[in-house]
Amino acid sequence: MTLQTSRREFLQGAATAGLVIGLSPSGAFAATPAQELSPNPFVTIGEDGTVTVILKHFEMGQGTSTGLTTLVAEELDADWDAVEIAFAPADASRYVNTAFGAQGTGGSTAIANSFVQYRQAGAAARDLLVRAAAAEWSVPAEEIIIENSVLKHASGKESGFGPMTGRAATLTVAEELKLKDPSEFKLIGRETLARKDNLAKTTGAADFAIDIRRPNMLTVVVARAPMFGGKPTSVNDEAALATRGVEAVRVLPEGVAVYATDTWSAMKGREALEVEWDLSAAETRSSAQILEDTRALLEQDGQTARKDGDGAAALAGAAKTVEADFLFPFLAHSPMEPLNCVIERTADGGVEIWDGCQFPSLAQPTVAAVMGVDPAQVKINTVWAGGSFGRRANPTSDYHAEAALALKMLEGSALEGRPVHLVWTREDDVRGGYYRPAYAHRVRAGVDADGHPVAWDQRQSGKSILIGTFFEEMLVQDGVDGTSVEGASTLPYAVPNLEVSIRNTETPIKVLWWRAVGHTHTAYSTEVIMDMLAEAANADPVEYRLSLLGDHPRHAGVLKLAAEKAGWNEPLPEGRGRGVAVHESFSSFVATVVEVSTNEDGAVKIERVVTAVDCGLAINPDVIKAQLEGGTGFGLGSVMRNQITLTDGEVDQTNFWDYEPLRLSDMPPVEVHIVPSAEAPTGVGEPGTPPAGPALANAIYAATGKRAFTLPMTESGIEFA
Amino acid sequence: MAFMLTVNGVAREMDVDADTPLLWALRDTLNLTGTKFGCGVAACGACTVHLDGVAVRSCQATVEDATGSEVTTIEGLSGPEAEAVQGAWRDLNVVQCGYCQSGQIMQAVSLLKENPSPTDAEIQEEMNGNLCRCATYSRVGAAVRDAADRLA
Repeated sequence: MTLQTSRREFLQGAATAGLVIGLSPSGAFAATPAQELSPNPFVTIGEDGTVTVILKHFEMGQGTSTGLTTLVAEELDADWDAVEIAFAPADASRYVNTAFGAQGTGGSTAIANSFVQYRQAGAAARDLLVRAAAAEWSVPAEEIIIENSVLKHASGKESGFGPMTGRAATLTVAEELKLKDPSEFKLIGRETLARKDNLAKTTGAADFAIDIRRPNMLTVVVARAPMFGGKPTSVNDEAALATRGVEAVRVLPEGVAVYATDTWSAMKGREALEVEWDLSAAETRSSAQILEDTRALLEQDGQTARKDGDGAAALAGAAKTVEADFLFPFLAHSPMEPLNCVIERTADGGVEIWDGCQFPSLAQPTVAAVMGVDPAQVKINTVWAGGSFGRRANPTSDYHAEAALALKMLEGSALEGRPVHLVWTREDDVRGGYYRPAYAHRVRAGVDADGHPVAWDQRQSGKSILIGTFFEEMLVQDGVDGTSVEGASTLPYAVPNLEVSIRNTETPIKVLWWRAVGHTHTAYSTEVIMDMLAEAANADPVEYRLSLLGDHPRHAGVLKLAAEKAGWNEPLPEGRGRGVAVHESFSSFVATVVEVSTNEDGAVKIERVVTAVDCGLAINPDVIKAQLEGGTGFGLGSVMRNQITLTDGEVDQTNFWDYEPLRLSDMPPVEVHIVPSAEAPTGVGEPGTPPAGPALANAIYAATGKRAFTLPMTESGIEFA
Repeated sequence: MAFMLTVNGVAREMDVDADTPLLWALRDTLNLTGTKFGCGVAACGACTVHLDGVAVRSCQATVEDATGSEVTTIEGLSGPEAEAVQGAWRDLNVVQCGYCQSGQIMQAVSLLKENPSPTDAEIQEEMNGNLCRCATYSRVGAAVRDAADRLA
């Protein structure tokens, strides 16, 4: 494991009550007295000894509130049950995600970029407290230990943290902080640690943004165009304004906002609106046509994302070839908490918002621009987020901008000054765009007479997520958006002639990253093709993959573990089948084995899933298991039956009854095995999702002989029991 | 119109339209926000509350429907079944984002009140209307089973 234990300069604060360990503007940890309110600490310790960990990452269920807290509590030897948490304010100078250079959560980076930083924060607090106690007790600091938030000396002296905070704040943090050796870990790696959000989320006490209530708050729902790219031209709001509780109607650039005293009234008011739309620039195609157009592009040359050797010549000379066209639908994120946020003007001319805020570095400048204020004047209160799967982080910060516009449109009216709560309904969410893009892939691959793959040509087309956003300049090169091809361009198998190319499509349908982003489609096509290649080579799918992963021991490690735990070589009864897939995403490695059965009608049931994950050092094994269970379920549900389709430009789906996520009855038992590792920790929020789909596809083929090339699988004639 | 509801044992008066869903009366009028809005069409179960001890989708029951019944929300949940369910939920680290969990817990408590020793098939059937986009289902099922064992 590589630890960045570079020397850091620690600053000193005056002696008063409480102790704050934070990152100073220069990037060094600083100890300052709590009374002086150092505004952006990672750790505070109150006079009463309460340790509070300040979370620079939001919590959408992925377990960061537990994970980051573990890192601090470990180095501080704090009493786990007594450590409190708080979400950080928007301040990228202190709460930067070092993987991005901006404040935000995504790409399964939370633990990876916090691992050393949060441990150092805990170690700094420990250093100060121990030396304060040493001075107080006139004993050597090396002789003091901490157990469960109690400082102890062999002489029998004991103290909680609280009484030492005053003296500790007068000390200078050591220039070099000693972090624990992994052999000393008590919390990191513990099989089960109570999640920090357990209590609030089992009592109804957890406040999500949708639960925020401000005095005189107006709830806003927005009528949006029936087609993507439409804009309102005229509005008859007479009936809406006559609806009880409705206070105002305002026309926004892309919709019509209805303001009411409560949500139900706002929804009824919206029903009563009559809006004329300009659809001249709107997407009017049906999704079937969009997919056909996207597929037709595969005939054309694209932008090259990877080129090893000469694929065309090698394919022509291959002993056997396999080929398939894959079609992937648009997918909505549909987090359980519909999009919403609360925004209000502050007395000093700024703005305050309450949001399950995934990306403050996007939301803050966006809201500031709409309101005409300085970004620093936008205060963000991050609250629990009811899921996201990528939807709450958006280069356009669409719902923050919409909320700010709705607030701004009240200026000069009698309603000016009233807080606004923008709420999307489920229909708004399902029909509102920012989907996982639809994609077409054409993969042609060939093996030589010995079954070794000699050529792989992977052609893809679809709408880029990053082109047209401010990420384009940084992350798109020569027309290749890495998020369109990741997973394919990084194919780990030893194939001497490999080409991956992309053709970018245009549509007004808005697209966005969706849990695991490009890997959601590339893992599917590459791992189904690998299954077909193994068959062409008359080889076992696990053995075949292993034979081509010589340079990728971590891929091989999870693959072997999953296969072993799944009993890969044990025979199955008639009608059953097993499938496997292995995929790296976000620097974590996951192999998944799915076992299915079929009934007399040929309907498929997922009986069992076994996964193995290598995410480096396992900080919270139970959180890792939960993410692999959930990520697997998320992946399975989407490939089984989820799709957003359009008829003449209008979205066909409306709500959870026709865009139906996985339900309990669909959920197979998921066994999760963690590869023991001393490598630096990597993320688990996304990596469980990509291999679930292709492992299921390969299992269905093993059981039924049917390959699902068009997703969802129901579109490939697969029925589920 | 004026309505008198008994919510978590307390009589609450409100002046709302008769067609107002109980969900919105609870959340917006009474500020009991533990009951969640997920879909508005009884497709997800996030809004589950108890009417006279039985789980219902509060997005589909109107204030008028609820008048005369005892309404219980997650904030007012108590009793041995509630303790067993909430304890199991915490011990098994069921929650992820947590947004659906009020509804899951209300459904589970209602199930165990009616049927203290459900089979796995009965658990699946009773809990199947409660969506969890995080797919915490394995743990939801295990926690209901664990809660039943605690009550046995």
